[in-house]
Amino acid sequence: MADLRKIKDDLRVKMSLRENSNNPESLVQIKVAMATCGIASGAKQVMDFFIEELEKRNIQAVVTQTGCMGYCFAEPTVEITLPGQSPVVYGYVDTKKADDIIEKYIKNGELVEGIIPVNYETIENNKEEK
Amino acid sequence: MKDLSLHILDIAQNSIAAGSGLIKVTITEYRGSDLYRIEIGDNGKGMTPDFAATVTDPYVTSRTTRKVGLGLSLFKQNAERTGGTLKILSESGRGTIVSADFGLSSIDRPPLGDIAGTMVLLAAANLKTRFIYRHITEKGEYIFDTKKVNEMLEELPISEPGVIRFLKEMIRENLQEINIAG
Repeated sequence: MADLRKIKDDLRVKMSLRENSNNPESLVQIKVAMATCGIASGAKQVMDFFIEELEKRNIQAVVTQTGCMGYCFAEPTVEITLPGQSPVVYGYVDTKKADDIIEKYIKNGELVEGIIPVNYETIENNKEEK
Repeated sequence: MKDLSLHILDIAQNSIAAGSGLIKVTITEYRGSDLYRIEIGDNGKGMTPDFAATVTDPYVTSRTTRKVGLGLSLFKQNAERTGGTLKILSESGRGTIVSADFGLSSIDRPPLGDIAGTMVLLAAANLKTRFIYRHITEKGEYIFDTKKVNEMLEELPISEPGVIRFLKEMIRENLQEINIAG
């Protein structure tokens, strides 16, 4: 616990230097599905990979776990929301794919293969059409 | 599931879905009676006796996206494969304890795996929940309590990558000191 105190001060400096750290909507949001199907297919490695690599590449992001998103056939699945955009769900994500997603989609907005399309409509959308 | 820490990650998700503010994961190794016990307890909404009695059936689930829930079934199967058991104690409005006994030396017992990573991941992704991980062996006991960690960190969240890395190392070193089984 004594060591924890030492690194605390280093990390505090890092955190205060970061812009936008108080506004989650302006950060990239990454949700990794972690239900039984996800965990059994290796979602934990994918989540660890995102946390480590985003820090290394200095990309501000919030990485969390969610429950089952319903795409058990394509696990591990990851939902990425770039600031100001609709969420995109990728399936069959391994660490290599996660690497591609970081380099191409998160950094450049370039869509990567393996997107699982949205197959539902929300009530608001329906109302607008009428 | 390749190892026990993934089962723990999975069952703890149930506790989180039940709205728990406190989740206790306790692993006890009794070399004398060849027992490896994993208990995951929470103070979530609990289950009615009827539901709890059938919950290890894969077709019984509280999930709404699918009609199948495999987490408890797989955990139970793995425990029984080593000559062990899975017990569930639950009370509506109070919480649930899932207790799995494995044969410590059984060749069918999956290894513990990356428990440090699992606990830190759970804590980092659920900052408002308190996790207490206790590991007991004949050599001693190690306790990882996110309340104490947060007090030490003050305003720094556990989800900060530098903290995540540090906590994983800290847990691993402490577990080595009490000679945990694989």
